[in-house]
Amino acid sequence: MSLLNVTALHKYYGDNHVLKGIDLAVEEGQVVAIIGRSGSGKSTLLRTLNGLESIDDGVIEVDGEYLDAARADLRSLRQKVGMVFQQFNLFPHLSVGENIMLAPQVVKKLAREEAAQLARQMLERVGLGEKFDAYPERLSGGQQQRVAIARALAMSPRVLLCDEITSALDPELVNEVLAVVKQLASEGMTLIMVTHEMRFAREVGDKLVFMHQGKVHEVGAPRTLFAEPQTAELRNFIGSVNL
Amino acid sequence: MDFSFWDILRNLLVGLQWTLLLSLVAFVCGGIAGLLLLLARIAPLPAARALARGYIELFQGTPLLMQLFLVFFGIALLGVDVSPWLAAASALTLFTSAFLAEIWRGCVEAIPRGQWEAAQSLAMSRLELLRHVVLPQALRIAVAPTVGFSVQVVKGTAVTSIIGFSELTKTGGMLANATFEPFMVYGLVALGYFLLCYPLSLAAHRLERRLNVTA
Repeated sequence: MSLLNVTALHKYYGDNHVLKGIDLAVEEGQVVAIIGRSGSGKSTLLRTLNGLESIDDGVIEVDGEYLDAARADLRSLRQKVGMVFQQFNLFPHLSVGENIMLAPQVVKKLAREEAAQLARQMLERVGLGEKFDAYPERLSGGQQQRVAIARALAMSPRVLLCDEITSALDPELVNEVLAVVKQLASEGMTLIMVTHEMRFAREVGDKLVFMHQGKVHEVGAPRTLFAEPQTAELRNFIGSVNL
Repeated sequence: MDFSFWDILRNLLVGLQWTLLLSLVAFVCGGIAGLLLLLARIAPLPAARALARGYIELFQGTPLLMQLFLVFFGIALLGVDVSPWLAAASALTLFTSAFLAEIWRGCVEAIPRGQWEAAQSLAMSRLELLRHVVLPQALRIAVAPTVGFSVQVVKGTAVTSIIGFSELTKTGGMLANATFEPFMVYGLVALGYFLLCYPLSLAAHRLERRLNVTA
């Protein structure tokens, strides 16, 4: 049994059929990179996995949590599936430390001191131990994104979803975020990332998912897929991006 | 009976106190009711949203004077004798709550979608994310327009003179009739409102500037 299973997933926006029967299995500790052109449904797929987008048919199972079109216990699902966003989405009215402490205190009912200790540990993990009292606006984009990762990790998720987390960053800040992700991968964190960083996907990914027109068009080991794409669509896509 | 200038001033000051008290009551009660109305207005339940929206549009779409009459004479129809003070406070509370709820809804909607999604992704419930993430940020941008609207409440209290509540305008009317000096009396009445409202306007402008600079 895989850690995460998606079966026959369908999603519509009105008449627009955006996900057309997705099947996907993710094993514990795997790093899965989802690639594809914009509009291929890759971000939508990622956002269904923690219930930010509802689904119209199919089943999502994560570590015993079960979600379909009719029922979902989003609170327990989201405690197992963390998410990091392209735009960081840190809470601007809270300090870095408070950003990380909030959900453990409110959702997991941790005492303030425990939450603060946890927040310091998570900040150390992303290399920002000294920023506990800073406010998000004082940090660089790369630092903000690392705080966002620390904030997600503080809820001890089983899976971490990363939605184009380096796309809003200046080029010189991309690597510090990717280094953190790489370190998480080496620690055995299960990661599902929508990304445009093809080189990173090839080096760190265990599994590559190429989406095209709302379907999983090709899936396999990244090195194999990049070296020998089986379909014309993937070949074209690889040709159109810089590696 | 003769009125000296000081008699007039003393009486107007008593009226001014009632205007101030009525404004405060309307603003505080209207604020509390407005907050509940806001929660209904942005609730996930469509029926709650529709109800709150109907309420807001009703009170924004009718003159305050009519609302006052309806409360004053409507409650009397039920056989309950309602004092002008109670009718005035109730009508102004209803009026204030509708406007504040709508002002605050705009502030809540100004908070970027990503803030909601980040809080949801951290498994926070709707109430938790409103309480800890959305409302604290909305509050910052709400301060200036809320203080600005309080000026409307203060000026709105003047219509309660119609149902015989002795606030500043009503007191002025009685004094004008007794002294035959309407221009002087109403001039003082206007000055009274200005003294209440100007500091509020000034505060609203300052807050707006300050919060815009830091935002």
